[in-house]
Amino acid sequence: MGIRTTFAAGLTLAATLMGGTALAQEPLRIALVVKSLGNGFFEAAARGAEEAAEELGDTEIIYTGPTSTTAEGQIEVINSLIAQQVDAIAVSANDPDALVPALKRAMQRGITVISWDSGVAPEGREMHLSPSSNELIGQTIIKLAADQLPEGGQVALLSATSTSTNQNIWIEEMNKVMDQYPDIEVVATVYGDDLADKSYREAQGLMQSYPDLDAIIAPTSVGIVAAAQAVQDAGKAGEINVTGLGLPSEMAGAIESGASKSFAIWNPVDLGYATTMIAHALATETASAEPGAEVPMGRMGTATLDDNNEAAMSEPFTYDASNIDEFKSVF
Amino acid sequence: MSNDTVLETGTRPRRLPDRLTGRGQRALRSWELLLLAVGIAIFIANSMASPYFLSAWNLSDATFNFTEKAMIAFAMALLIISGEIDLSVAGIIALSSTAMGFALQYGAGTPVLVLVGLGTGLACGALNGTLVTRMGLPSIVVTIGTMSLFRGISYIVLGDQAFSGYPAGFAVFGQGYVWWVITVELAIFAALALVFGVLLHATNFGRQVYVIGNNPTAAAFSGVRVARVKMILFLLTGLMAGLAAICLTSRLGSTRPSIAQGWELEVVTMVVLGGVSILGGAGSILGVVLAALVMGMVTFGLGLLNVPGIVMSIFIGALLIGVIAIPRLIALARRRAA
Repeated sequence: MGIRTTFAAGLTLAATLMGGTALAQEPLRIALVVKSLGNGFFEAAARGAEEAAEELGDTEIIYTGPTSTTAEGQIEVINSLIAQQVDAIAVSANDPDALVPALKRAMQRGITVISWDSGVAPEGREMHLSPSSNELIGQTIIKLAADQLPEGGQVALLSATSTSTNQNIWIEEMNKVMDQYPDIEVVATVYGDDLADKSYREAQGLMQSYPDLDAIIAPTSVGIVAAAQAVQDAGKAGEINVTGLGLPSEMAGAIESGASKSFAIWNPVDLGYATTMIAHALATETASAEPGAEVPMGRMGTATLDDNNEAAMSEPFTYDASNIDEFKSVF
Repeated sequence: MSNDTVLETGTRPRRLPDRLTGRGQRALRSWELLLLAVGIAIFIANSMASPYFLSAWNLSDATFNFTEKAMIAFAMALLIISGEIDLSVAGIIALSSTAMGFALQYGAGTPVLVLVGLGTGLACGALNGTLVTRMGLPSIVVTIGTMSLFRGISYIVLGDQAFSGYPAGFAVFGQGYVWWVITVELAIFAALALVFGVLLHATNFGRQVYVIGNNPTAAAFSGVRVARVKMILFLLTGLMAGLAAICLTSRLGSTRPSIAQGWELEVVTMVVLGGVSILGGAGSILGVVLAALVMGMVTFGLGLLNVPGIVMSIFIGALLIGVIAIPRLIALARRRAA
């Protein structure tokens, strides 16, 4: 070894030591625990979390989860995160109850625990972030239809079953804001029972009963695909707009054919981003999780907590021809 | 020795034929040594790889990775040594847990819940045992059937619902500590290791289990009541699955029909990794204990490094094949050399 190499090695060592002192403040470690790995939706959420970490600086994301969607698998993951003394755990739970004892232990050891997407019972987390709220979903589905009908027109609803809690609440919320759309007339509500073939037949029936129909709103991912197919098969793509809540992967064809101009669902990238922002704010104690509190979510605004320490991120994200290609392979 | 002409044939003393001696015994012993070496290597590797590994509380938390499965693995080891298998154990956990949740709805306290859990396990074991010993059906087929049957009943009872709200006293099994970092589950695991060790290695019953596994026909002709022994083993396995259900339900604080999904294969993996011959007739409880510790440490160590679960499964699979293949390869090499 020559003198130069020794010198260089010495320099590197010195640099490392100095670097070591500069990095003495450890990054904040936020664990994003998902239902299972290898799911496009959660991979997208992890991208959002990384985006937030970059924006925040000095933040490390641990993206982890079990191989299959089991509570036991998630508990093993949570135990190892407790052992690593991470600063925050943000979990999309496979089971709202079974994770509670493990998460309670995490909180006892000073770890910030929140749930997102799929919640944990209140005693097992500090707060829960839902991708959206019933109110915002109800407002979005009618807005999606109305935006394409500046002159007004007839719309019909294709729901799941008449007893589906979620769909009924969303339709109720939609009806509350109908006075904002005086030219839009809701002519019928039919039920496809979340079965592809029944939804398809109900959509056909709507087209026959209401020849002037302008739009079908289906607040269910099964119904919207079936209705779009029925419209396409009847040769009415472009004439009747099918909208509502659907998955980009299943709706890509309908957007392409023009049977659907746009539809909505939560955006996993935004959800991962907002979750990370909240976890960071709570772990650094720049915000606290209590009823009525406002927790910052960066570019997604602020989350306002309700009496159960639950908050909604935003209205569902709108997908149309401009962004469907980006998301159809995600979820 | 030189005066004892009966035991001496030629120059070497003859082996006593009623014990697993010579090559078999040596292979078994070397298997446990190998496992111990693997275990120590993993322990050292883990403590070097992660600064969080060598902490009493973390290691205590990590024991939950294997204690419940190991309880079943002890009984399963005896069952596999006798030449049978029970693939319905995870289904039994689901049904036992559901039965406990059901009893809870009628206001059952902790003692009743424990009795219900153990009783359901026993009943499931009795069904498996009856189908195998009375009707002469192959246990692998019977228990694949009951695996779906037991879990299916849970799904019918619960659907997408859950039982929760177990009494505070019930939490002691899965969340309690005996002393310092020693959990109740770890204590149960240690006690069961002793009980099953004595049962298999130091009692008449244990010898009968080996004899049945080596040759059930010969065992029957020597006066061993094969069906009765097998029935007891199925009951024991069911009972242990019921016990594991109590611990797991207590740890989770709730019951869902998907509880312990896929555990049957993890239990069998533990038994086979412990050196129990899947063909029956050989194996030891010490091996199963070591295998449980090794599997627990591997999962926990990789978990600390945030290695994805699928990579962990690959690692456990490779470990299993490696540990099984290495003694065979060595034996093969020796035979070639000889």
